[in-house]
Amino acid sequence: MSTEPNTIEELADREYKWGFITDIEAETAPKGLNEDIIRFISVKKNEPEWLLEWRLKAYRHWLTMEEPRWPNVRYDAIDYQDMIYYSAPKQKKRPKSLDEVDPELLRTYEKLGISLQEQERLTGVAVDAVFDSVSVATTFKEKLQELGIIFCSFSEAVQNHPELVRKYLGSVVPSNDNFFAALNSAVFSDGSFCYIPKGVRCPMELSTYFRINAADTGQFERTLIVAEEDSYVSYLEGCTAPMRDNNQLHAAVVELIAAGDNAQIKYSTVQNWYPGDKEGRGGIYNFVTKRGKCAGKGSKISWTQVETGSAITWKYPSVLLQGDNSVGEFYSVAVVNNYQQADTGTKMIHLGKNTKSTIVSKGISAGHGNNSYRGLVDIKRGATKSRNFSQCDSLLLGDKCGAHTFPYIEVKNTSSKVEHEASTSKIGEDQIFYCKQRGLSTEDAVNLIVNGFCKEVFRELPMEFAVEAQKLLGVSLEGSVG
Amino acid sequence: MLEIKNLHASVNGNEILNGINLNVKAGEVHAIMGPNGSGKSTLAQLLAGRDTYSVSQGGVTYEGKDLLDMDPEERAREGLFLAFQYPVEIPGVSNTYFLKAALNAIRKHKGLEELDAVEFLQLVKQRMKLVDMDETLLNRPVNEGFSGGEKKRNEIFHMAVLEPKLAILDETDSGLDIDALRIVADGVNKLRRRDNAIIVVTHYQRLLNYIVPDFVHVLVDGRIVKSGGKELALQLEEKGYDWVKDEAGKAAVQA
Repeated sequence: MSTEPNTIEELADREYKWGFITDIEAETAPKGLNEDIIRFISVKKNEPEWLLEWRLKAYRHWLTMEEPRWPNVRYDAIDYQDMIYYSAPKQKKRPKSLDEVDPELLRTYEKLGISLQEQERLTGVAVDAVFDSVSVATTFKEKLQELGIIFCSFSEAVQNHPELVRKYLGSVVPSNDNFFAALNSAVFSDGSFCYIPKGVRCPMELSTYFRINAADTGQFERTLIVAEEDSYVSYLEGCTAPMRDNNQLHAAVVELIAAGDNAQIKYSTVQNWYPGDKEGRGGIYNFVTKRGKCAGKGSKISWTQVETGSAITWKYPSVLLQGDNSVGEFYSVAVVNNYQQADTGTKMIHLGKNTKSTIVSKGISAGHGNNSYRGLVDIKRGATKSRNFSQCDSLLLGDKCGAHTFPYIEVKNTSSKVEHEASTSKIGEDQIFYCKQRGLSTEDAVNLIVNGFCKEVFRELPMEFAVEAQKLLGVSLEGSVG
Repeated sequence: MLEIKNLHASVNGNEILNGINLNVKAGEVHAIMGPNGSGKSTLAQLLAGRDTYSVSQGGVTYEGKDLLDMDPEERAREGLFLAFQYPVEIPGVSNTYFLKAALNAIRKHKGLEELDAVEFLQLVKQRMKLVDMDETLLNRPVNEGFSGGEKKRNEIFHMAVLEPKLAILDETDSGLDIDALRIVADGVNKLRRRDNAIIVVTHYQRLLNYIVPDFVHVLVDGRIVKSGGKELALQLEEKGYDWVKDEAGKAAVQA
């Protein structure tokens, strides 16, 4: 007999590959949330008065809100007073180069295969690494500066470009938008800021690796990307997190603004946070608000996401199609295994004339996982001659998992066109046997079939990410065909 | 190469194979014929490792090893190939990508170096000619949207690339028109060698006009009731399966 894992059950027993903890001293706020904690964060970050007021306003509103109950996910109540809202690795001064970065931290990245040196040298990707809550290294900054591109941590942007932050912060996701967005607005610690001036095409993929590290720390990043007229930027967000027993809340907010005519923003995510163990213990709660606004005529925002991690995923990267002829796209692969739950999809709000949106969603459910696609296509009255095409496919591996589709379609004019296609299929014993008969192991067979299923989404990813995504899928799909 | 001894197998308690005995040596081509439901495809699939069948008695030795103890992928890597009666579609996976993964899994098992994309493409171009494959079928997803004939041709193309020691062709002729049948058969003939063997499973005799077997076996009710040379196939074509069934019936009564 061969020594490779033969049954999917054996594959399912593999441990989370990226589980390890880095030992770095953190400067941490006491547990719990109140106005003093928010002031503590604001002081720590040396913020202007208006931003503190903005946070406090969000917090006061948050107190009046209730956690959403409509998603098709189940979890124990979160105790928001039992969490730490600020934690930063202790460092005397900000590093100017990688040599000044804590070697322990660099080793962590190396374990993940994303050594900054390597990335800097080989791929030409500028990396703004977010380790817990504070950016520790930013590369390629000078090169970008020459073009007038601003790419820095959110805290730096607040210090150095307060007028831009003030103009755009909350302009797409208002601080009172929803429960988790309000929470984020009150306590967000850091994140990325990116500004592409008029007529500039960003020559490299901008990339940020997020990593949740200190125990019991909710991480609340804030990302803001602004693209002016005739500019283009492709932004990559990738995540892995170490193994934990306690559930960790992650409530990020991402705002994209294609401000000028023909501005283009491409935002790609590979999310591989700790999904919990085989019994569904632990894992990250990923409650994220991502939204983009196509303000300019002919502007375009494209979301591509590969979601393989987290115990619970709740996110709907959306596009407001305000400018005439603007384009919104959403390409998604969501994988749930063991006891993971995902309720994810998109909202395409058509306001301008001749606006176009495309939705391609691939949901893969294995183990006891539960996967829901929830999407809204809303074509307003003024959005004449607008078009949407949606395709939602679900693949089931095994017979204990679930796939659900909740499409909402509203069209308020008669000249627009909406198409919706949906399919659900089960990975076939026939397909697996066919692959095995050609010499492939069960594991390779499942990977091959699943990767084939996701192909339309993967081809939207930048090259280096596509490779990583395919590997991730293999690691995540532990547990499948019964 | 292959030795099947008194093989009994069932699905959900229904006995389908009732004591098959068969010896296949290197260089030989065996045809297994029989009426619908006689157990031909069961035998083919069981040899390839399909686990829907349970073996209650007997055994199979392949190259000196217990075949039934091997996983399907291990059998494949050891050179056993099944051309499927109903080739399976794998959406989104290109035919070449699939075949390269398969070939390299086999090469790795044999301790050979894996082929890179350039080397593989050269091999593919050469083997394509054997079955007159349309180049567009290479980059299309495995079997997706292929016509019945294209699927069967693709199976033989896989065989040409993987170069198995023992190939089992399960009703490869079904769904083929006469021209396609000739092309597929020509391809198989070009792959015949002294060191490999082929088992052709078929309902009709016509394929055997092109792939001329050394032995013909008639399977009825899960048992080989008659074996002979290539002329047996012609007799069957002429007299039908009832003829062997009757003979087998009489033999059983006498025994």
